[in-house]
Amino acid sequence: MSESGPGYLSRADLGGTTGHGPIVHEPEGVVFHHRWEASALALTLASGAAGKWNIDVSRRYRETLPNYLELSYYEIWTESLERMLVERGLITADELAAGHASVPPVEVAGVLTADRVAGAFARGGPTERPAAAPARFAVGERVRTRAGRVGHHTRLPGYVAGRVGTVERIHGVHVFPDTHAHDLGEQPHWLYNVVFDAGDLWADARPGQRVSVDAWEPYLTPAADGRP
Amino acid sequence: MDVRVRALETLLTEKGYIDPAALDEVIDTYQTRIGPRNGARVVARSWVDPEFHDWLMRDATAAIAALDYTGRQGEHMVAVEQTDDTHHVVVCTLCSCYPWPVLGLPPTWYKSAPYRSRVVRDPHGVLAEFGVTVPDGVEVRVWDSTAEIRYLVIPQRPAGTEGWSEERLAALVTRDSMIGVGRPLDPHHLDQGAPA
Repeated sequence: MSESGPGYLSRADLGGTTGHGPIVHEPEGVVFHHRWEASALALTLASGAAGKWNIDVSRRYRETLPNYLELSYYEIWTESLERMLVERGLITADELAAGHASVPPVEVAGVLTADRVAGAFARGGPTERPAAAPARFAVGERVRTRAGRVGHHTRLPGYVAGRVGTVERIHGVHVFPDTHAHDLGEQPHWLYNVVFDAGDLWADARPGQRVSVDAWEPYLTPAADGRP
Repeated sequence: MDVRVRALETLLTEKGYIDPAALDEVIDTYQTRIGPRNGARVVARSWVDPEFHDWLMRDATAAIAALDYTGRQGEHMVAVEQTDDTHHVVVCTLCSCYPWPVLGLPPTWYKSAPYRSRVVRDPHGVLAEFGVTVPDGVEVRVWDSTAEIRYLVIPQRPAGTEGWSEERLAALVTRDSMIGVGRPLDPHHLDQGAPA
């Protein structure tokens, strides 16, 4: 299920997990493998203009697909697009099954037309917002990330949960995905780049490896004791 | 999947939610206009123009926008450069975050479980599979793109390219070298007749 609650489970939090097989490299220039993949991408981007969801909602739908790991990338996109369209009332399940419209459309915020594609992509969707309060942490400060599971979409990967790292950069104040993904508003927070020594993440880490994540302020507490 | 996606397109067109001509425009954009040659131009400029290099390292979003690469999935850019001390590599363990305006759409392996799961756990092993050996004493730094900040790796300029034009240098810059899983092409490769 994709609603928040104790049953919320992301199947996309893959850092450090095993058993996924080999990396299959591909040369530069391979963009799509089938025509339908290109269509799935275009349909997803164009449907966003309806204004019925945001990028964090999309990620929530994708990461909670029960068969996430069995699907190819654009299968994931297609499946979650269909679910969002039905659950947000743009189409009915019957229409989806039939592949044709049978009830009138709902009102949408807009339709992406060909002449507006270039402009819309060039603008994008910046997530930085004005600061309402000073940043709590400074560059160089040691911080501990939130431990344990949360019953909603989040962008703190499991492999750094409850670990101590160092603030390396302050990225400004950004839209908070934990609320934005659940239609609870942008609730912007300070965003930091936090770097970890690999030895503080993995028992058998090789020396000379560091890993960083971008973490919003609510994910972090001061690590005065400095213990990893 | 072909039938399923076509049916969805028909349905959404009938409902008036999408414009089929816009779909063609989106596809054409990412097949022919927005790809890693954009990023190669950024890198080559940073190799020949010290002021641009400093700007890129200080405010990558603005410096890259000056070359007209802006927008979707590149709204907030950070450039990290390979040095003799540090080798950078970029991933998104949670989904597929990637700097579209400069690199285009991510390759399948970048979006897939094997790379996402392993590169934070065993970066040296993953880099070796891509043919990149990191010398002892060089730190490997993995950037997991967990927010809307997008990272562009600036590879080191190959030796033996003194006096090369920006265009010729850009031809050495591979997609993989801007993710951190590759290095620029050997300049001799171009000297021996590849298009410059």
